Parts: sequence; structure tokens; C-alpha cells
Amino acid sequence: MASSTKSGSKSSRKSAKPSKNGKSGAAGLDESDVASKTDQLELFRQMYLIRQFELACGENYSKGLIRGFLHLYIGQEATGVGAISTLREDDYVVSHYRDHGHALARGLDVNRAMAELFGRATGTSKGKGGSMHLFDVAKRFMGGHAIVAGQLPLAAGLALAQQYQKTDGLTMCFFGDGSTNQGIYHETMNLAAIWKLPILFFLENNMYGMGSSIERVRAGGIDFYPGMATYEIPAVEVDGMDVLAVREATEVAITRIRKGEGPQFIEAKTFRFGGHSLADGQKYRGQEEVKEWEERDPVITFPKKLAEMGLVTQNQINEIKSGVDESVAKAVKFATESPEPDLSEINTDVLA
Amino acid sequence: MSQIVLREALKRGLEEALENDPRVFMMGEDIGEYGGAYAVTDGFLKKFGPERIKDTPISEQAFLGAGIGAAAAGLRPIVEFMSISFSLVAFDQIVNMAANLRYMSGGQISVPMVIRAPTGAGVQLAATHSQSFETWLAEVPGMKVVCPSNPYDALGLMRSAIKDDNPVLVAEPALLYGVKGDVPDEYYEIEIGKADVTRTGRDITLVSYGYGMRLLNEAANALAERGVSAEVIDLRSLNPLDIDMIVYSVQKTNRVVVVDTARRVGGIMAEVAADLQQKASEWLDGPVMRVGSADVPWPYNRGLEQEVLTNADDVLAAVAEGFGI
Repeated sequence: MASSTKSGSKSSRKSAKPSKNGKSGAAGLDESDVASKTDQLELFRQMYLIRQFELACGENYSKGLIRGFLHLYIGQEATGVGAISTLREDDYVVSHYRDHGHALARGLDVNRAMAELFGRATGTSKGKGGSMHLFDVAKRFMGGHAIVAGQLPLAAGLALAQQYQKTDGLTMCFFGDGSTNQGIYHETMNLAAIWKLPILFFLENNMYGMGSSIERVRAGGIDFYPGMATYEIPAVEVDGMDVLAVREATEVAITRIRKGEGPQFIEAKTFRFGGHSLADGQKYRGQEEVKEWEERDPVITFPKKLAEMGLVTQNQINEIKSGVDESVAKAVKFATESPEPDLSEINTDVLA
Repeated sequence: MSQIVLREALKRGLEEALENDPRVFMMGEDIGEYGGAYAVTDGFLKKFGPERIKDTPISEQAFLGAGIGAAAAGLRPIVEFMSISFSLVAFDQIVNMAANLRYMSGGQISVPMVIRAPTGAGVQLAATHSQSFETWLAEVPGMKVVCPSNPYDALGLMRSAIKDDNPVLVAEPALLYGVKGDVPDEYYEIEIGKADVTRTGRDITLVSYGYGMRLLNEAANALAERGVSAEVIDLRSLNPLDIDMIVYSVQKTNRVVVVDTARRVGGIMAEVAADLQQKASEWLDGPVMRVGSADVPWPYNRGLEQEVLTNADDVLAAVAEGFGI
């Protein structure tokens, strides 16, 4: 509801429902876990890695070692990690400008990713792309795209190639709620639907397009998945703060895609705990709302739940944490010590 | 050797690529069932099937963007805009994605895609259907822009464009689809980035591309009647721009007129003129004369449109004004 009051909006935000895929999301931790214990620890490791990586980015941005715009993924870790954990190596991943989390979940080298943010020659794009343009074609991580919704047709084209080549590979495309008011969003949905492309549209609805609450800029409320009926694209909503729920919903969707059922759509309700970028003073929202979401921080709640249920020990969690802390510290060191790109690089990579 | 029209030359280039390379496929509005707005792809759907001749919705951003993705995944898409004026709605995809991807990814991605589009005014389609945006796209690093003026070049450039590993815009002058010319039966290509001296002369160099070449030929004939020998150069490629060939010619003729049929302001000839000023001033006996269409939106009325559009008389007037010949 476009005219909903603040309290009304809060209650509707809180009501972010669990997965509509049959199994309830948070109940993923029962005997019939889709993820084994090892997998769960790995999911935690990835979420924690992203969190620590992002914190290190923020710190080095303050020091002036990272420049440009820096959009952190803090708070949204469960969505990217849960979704990408279901993919095969031959699937493509396409992301938006808040791409560090997806890149790391896809297995990009932490050192080279950090070096790219530092603009160094050892970076994934040799320092030519920066934070918003991470790429690793060997991992089929196809960017890092900074024009809102501009990555959607690219992803459709990758999926088109997979279909054309008669593989059962698929393309997972992330985008935010801000994308949904761009014409190209609707064009791409239609194109993917009529051509039955093997693509998973993954909406990370973090409730804000930069400083604009979606309730202010979208007719029809905060839920996008019902609108997919227009394109006859099956769509579900999932709790984006619950990594196992995300994983389950994604597995259902990609199974359908691999069977040739065409595009699927998942909307994860999630939240960025920080501003749009590090330049954002967040004058447009109250800290109370942020706190409410922070209570559901997946990097804290997930390992806690695992430990409470006796699936992992605190020691295991601590071990993972110290391993990650060390790798992030190493990445910062690697980036700091890496050379600046040679000026001759200006004229390379313009044309093939 | 056979004499064919430019439309047929383009068609031959596309057809042989579809026959020889399974990675090549086409997308565009009404290229299949309808046969293409200018009939370039007529019969393709029947011959190659709907997987390779893909009719698209009227969604230029989406299908152009999908072409980029398919190219990044190793296919070689050929994407058609029904008019270059319609490319505007997809400029974000062309510029921000197709042209930038390679650089942004540090060379990891290449986009071997051909974008085809009819270009130019002259058939009373008014402001939204008569523009020549190859001139805008020619300044974008990361892509190439070519424009043929005759069937021979159309086939040779199309072959090279399809083989190129970069995004290449092939701007097809709408007024020239029916123009006839000789095309050899033996295989040949035309290197992208090389201009062509289509007529040699001593006294003055005339430069244009695409539809403008028709005007230059008319002007050169008129000058010949007066005993003035004009050298005529067809850019063929707007990016890369073969400025060296023009400089070389000017060293001989010492006079030059550069001609756009697109709007004068911001046209590619502004670039050519500036380069010549820097690289050829010591050989020039006068100013670099520049001719282009009037800087107004394209009018519908025939009389108005013809007045706006550059013609051979405009070229001759520039020759007279600049050099008194």
C-alpha cells in the first residue's frame, strides 16, 4: 500500500513470510536437512567471510585506500550465500553493484577481489573495474554491473546461450528492488518467459533503492513476486535472513529450470544494515527499523542456532572465524602491497 | 562477378555466416515471419529455423542486451534494429555494457556481436525515424562502427564485422539498399578501419561515407566537367577512423571538403576536420571545408526534408566558397 503509515509499513516488513515452497524456511534445521552439517558450516564460513571482508572494505575506505563508491553487502549475506550454494560450476552468476557478497560466495579469490577494490594490478580486473565491477569469467561470475537493472538482459543472453548450446546450465541473476521500476526489468521478464530461458531471477528486496523506501516509489506495496504472474513466471517469496530457507527455495527453483520449465523468480526479503554506500548518512530511515532487522542478523543467528541444536560446537565456529579473519587480513595485506597498474594498461583491453 | 543490390550483398554476408558458423544467430523485430522491415532477412526463417532467426518483442534494450550476454557466452549474435533511431532506447546496453564490458573486466570478456541498423534521412519518415546515430556511437571506445556505400563494401564489411571479436555497428544507409554494384564471386573481406579512395584526383579531396558517397560522386562529376580533378574518399569505417589515408590524399591535393549527410554539428566530419587541422595544415591551401545537414529535427515534408539534407550542390558550394573553384 503506497499510503501505508510508518507503523503499518513496519508490520508489513516484519511479516516477510517464509518460503512458499512447501517446507518452511527456518525449519530447515530438522532431520531432513537439505544441507549436511559440513555444508552448514560452509554456509556460515561464507557469510562470515563476506561480513569480515565488507568490514575490512569499510575500514580501508575510511583510510582512503579504497575509493569511488563502495556498497556493502552487510546484512544481506544469507541471500547470496544461500542462493549461490546451490549452483554448479557451469552455471553463470550475474550481480549488481553490491556485488562483493555474490563474488565471494561464487568463490572469487579473496586477495584478488580486495586488490581490485584497492585498484591494484593484481585485481580481478587489473584495477580497471573497482568495487562495482568484479568479474571472474573462469568462475562464470559475469559481473558486477552498476547501471540499475542493466544486468538483466545480459543474464538473459547468457541463459539464451545455454539454451542455444543445449546444456542444462542456468544463469542466476541478482537485482534489487530498485531495479523493478526500470523498463528493462519488464522487457527482460517478458523475453525470458516467451523464450523459456534457463534463468533464475533473484530479487534481493532490501526495502530501499538508495534512499527511497520502495513504498514511496512503487505502486502495489512491497511484494514483487505476485506481479510475476503477469509474465507467467513462477515466483516465491523467501526469508532472506534465513540462509537455509534461501537455499531450499533456490534448489526448488533451479530444479525446475534444469528440467526446462523456463525462468523462475525468487524474492528474498532482506536488509542492508548500513547505508546505500559509505557516503550515505541514512537520513531517510530510523535506527529503530535497522535495529529490528539487525536482531535477525544471519551471521549471528545462524551459527547460534546450529550450536543450540548441537549440530556444531562453538569450537568449530571459532575455528572458522579465526581462519576467515586471517584470510581477510592477508587479503588487505596482499592488496596494500600489490603494485599499481602500469600506465600502459590504459590502452589495453579496449578492443579484443 | 555478379551485379547485385546492396540489400542482397548484406543478405549474402549474413547467409554465409549462418551457413558456416553454428554460433551465429540473429535477433530482431520482425526479421523472421515478416522477413525484415527492409527485406534483408527475407527467407531466413524458413532456411535456418526459429532458434537461429529469432523474432523479438519490441524491446530493443532487452534483445540487444541479450545479444551481449549471448556473445559473452561465446555465441556470435547479429542483432537488428529496425531503424538506427530505435537504438536510442538501447543506448545504455550498447555503451555501458557492450562497449565497456571488456575494459571493466580487465579483458576477461569479449562481445563479438554485430548490430545492424538502417540509417539516414531522405524518405520522409520525419524526426524520429531519420537520424544517423552511427556518428554518436563512433566516439564510444570499445566498439567499431562501419557504414557501407555500395554492395562490394557491404559484403566485405559484413564478413569482417561478423568475424570481429568486438561489438560492431553496421549502419546501413536506408536510401542505398537498392543501389547496384559488382561483387566478385571469390571470397574477400574488407578490413575494418581502412578508408577507400573510390576515385583518384589531383585538385581536391572529397570525404564522406554511406549515402554521402552518392553526393560526392555527383559533385566530382560536376567538377570534372569544369576541369577540376577530385579525389573521393569513402571512410567505410567511422571507428577506427583512417585519418592517415585522408592526410595522404590532402598532401597531394592540398584542398579538402568533408561531408556528412547526418547533422553537421557533432558529426564524424567534425572529428575528421579537427584531425586534418592538426595533421595536415602544412599541406592545406585553405580551410578544411565542412558540409552537413541542417541542425534541426528532420522534417516530414519532402521539400523541407530535401532542403535540410546535404546534397551535391552543398558540396559544390563548399568547394567554391573554400577554394574559389
